[in-house]
Amino acid sequence: MNDSATLDESRIRSAGAEPHADAPRARAAERLAGGEFSTVGDVTVPDPIFSCRHVNVYYGEKHAIRDVSIDIARQEVLAMIGPSGCGKSTFLRCLNRMNDTIPSARVTGSILLDGRDIYDRKQDVVQLRARVGMVFQKPNPFPKSIYENVAYGPRIHGLAADRVELDEIVHTSLQRAGLWDEVKDRLSQPATSLSGGQQQRLCIARTIAVNPEVILMDEPCSALDPIATARIEDLIDELRATYAIVIVTHSMQQAARVSQRTAYFHLGSLVEVGPTERIFTNPRHRLTEAYITGRFG
Amino acid sequence: MSEEGKPVRRPRTPRETQELVERSLRRRYGAERRFRAYGLCAVILGIAFVAFLFATILAQGVSVFRQAYVQLDVFYDPEVIDPSGTRREDDLRLADYEALVRTALRAEFPGIEGRRDVRQLTRLVSSGAAHELQRRVLANPGLVGQRERVWLLASADVDLLLKGEIARDEIGEEGRLSEEQLAWIDTLRERGRLELRFNRTFFVNGDSREPEQAGVRGAVMGSFFTLLLTLILSFPIGVAAAVYLEEFAPRNRWTDLIEVNINNLAAVPSIVFGLLGLAVFIGFFGLPRSAPLVGALVLTLLTLPTIIIAARAALKAVPPSIRDAALAMGASPIQTVVHHVLPLAMPGILTGTIIGMARALGETAPLLMIGMVAFIVDVPSGFTDPATALPVQIFLWSDSPERGFVERTSGAIIVLLAFLIVMNTAAVLLRRRFERRW
Repeated sequence: MNDSATLDESRIRSAGAEPHADAPRARAAERLAGGEFSTVGDVTVPDPIFSCRHVNVYYGEKHAIRDVSIDIARQEVLAMIGPSGCGKSTFLRCLNRMNDTIPSARVTGSILLDGRDIYDRKQDVVQLRARVGMVFQKPNPFPKSIYENVAYGPRIHGLAADRVELDEIVHTSLQRAGLWDEVKDRLSQPATSLSGGQQQRLCIARTIAVNPEVILMDEPCSALDPIATARIEDLIDELRATYAIVIVTHSMQQAARVSQRTAYFHLGSLVEVGPTERIFTNPRHRLTEAYITGRFG
Repeated sequence: MSEEGKPVRRPRTPRETQELVERSLRRRYGAERRFRAYGLCAVILGIAFVAFLFATILAQGVSVFRQAYVQLDVFYDPEVIDPSGTRREDDLRLADYEALVRTALRAEFPGIEGRRDVRQLTRLVSSGAAHELQRRVLANPGLVGQRERVWLLASADVDLLLKGEIARDEIGEEGRLSEEQLAWIDTLRERGRLELRFNRTFFVNGDSREPEQAGVRGAVMGSFFTLLLTLILSFPIGVAAAVYLEEFAPRNRWTDLIEVNINNLAAVPSIVFGLLGLAVFIGFFGLPRSAPLVGALVLTLLTLPTIIIAARAALKAVPPSIRDAALAMGASPIQTVVHHVLPLAMPGILTGTIIGMARALGETAPLLMIGMVAFIVDVPSGFTDPATALPVQIFLWSDSPERGFVERTSGAIIVLLAFLIVMNTAAVLLRRRFERRW
């Protein structure tokens, strides 16, 4: 008995939860996460771009995502929040099959993009990733020039017929990412010479240069200072008019500021989903409430 | 856990703590100084050994760049060269050029008669002198009937005497220079007809039994062809293997087995590769013996593990965020590797390749097994010509009894080291060119 309690506690801790969480409460959380409840709130939306049903992800023996079902709407920002290790990044990486690069990862359930299962054998991964772009936690521009960074996607996908069109794409992408005025005179300089916030906006410009339908953002501001963060948040708000955006964030303020819907993950399960305003003012599940009021997480 | 038996300690005052820290600091700095001293000693010792090595080799080998030449007035006598007057190349080739040298020498010392004296006189000049005259006539048949003043190779003994390698009192022993020869040498020197000049022979000739005629050209070309082919074969194969293993191969028992075996191959003694080359390439496939082609195949086997291991390490060192970025942009796996991962790994791969090539350049044992140790006079002009390599040439010369080969050996080592330095410099420059920060 005693042993299993410490085991539970260590599991919670390794999952990154509050180290002071007392064992009984942690056990309760574990039981809840074990699939003994269904998601609180309406997971469906009309005319979704992504429709995920009963998604499970395993890393070898580890059950990382437990039976998650959620729709993602067009022209909307969906924020995914939750304590570290709760699986929100894992789930995000399912949406453009970046988990394919991890050999031990296994995904079950269905994820439909415009009604077609992206894990279908006929689905081409390269094509999927051209439709579903991704921005990472740490800015990761290619060690090439600013111009080449943005031009890379259109070039490999053959989106520009000639140099003029390519220049045009680079120009508009940088402009939409709010970076044009800062870099227009030094497009040939290495991207690594930019500041962190500029690099992240360059990564966004690079992503929108291939004109995707969905943009996934994995904690895009966690490595940035508040001013750079504010600029990215404004940018997300503008981009919402054109793209569906899924953003994983650790900052509840950020989720509240940029998103229209919020999904709360806990230990691999989707606990609650709903309009952002309601989640933050009137959470229905006590785990959600505990997290957003700062009692753990 | 239990501290009941012990006397209760008074808590330390900040001052006492400071003193303790100070005392430990002194100890720590002492350890640091000692460690630095050890390191410095090791470095100095290493540099001393390298300096000693270079100094000995240079001291012994630098004299090879100068060589004793005799200046003679040669008359290209049509009677001797081409008695029938045909001027055909075959006739010109077969003529008795030694007679021309003999006549020219006797013209220099008119008083000398008698077979023994004449023979002693001609021994001052290398047998290569006749070849030199033949080469000149064949290159320019118009010389026949003309008179020309040429510098001709002196014999090895004269060369050694001029360089001070043999003392004058050694004369007469071991069939070396006689009193008369010594006198003639002095006369020639007084007349300015015998002197040390830049040794062109060493750089344009192949191997020879006569030390004064032996050159490194054959070995350099042999090494060049062998290394060129080794690079052409091992670099693409090694990089492709590393990319496949690192980026595409599934992680399972087979790839583990391959990895272990590659690491084992890197440790296999090189002579074993030579035996394998002999059995497989020469015995089974029937490729020509002593050829740079076979040497390159064997050295490729030898360098592949080094290149693969270095390339894999370099690929592993590329940050995964770059791969993620490229894949998320919709680059295919091969585009990700070719556009982003390989360029970033290139400096490391090049370093590994250069280490492998440097090892291949200095490798002797496997080449012995496949016959590149043969005595080959002709300079190879292709991948299938019989050839030898620089380290093998050094080995051969160091084994020769003639004293003239001592400086040749060191000279060849200098050439080998120069070869290595040039290669390493090229590698450093290439590295700089490819190196990028991320």
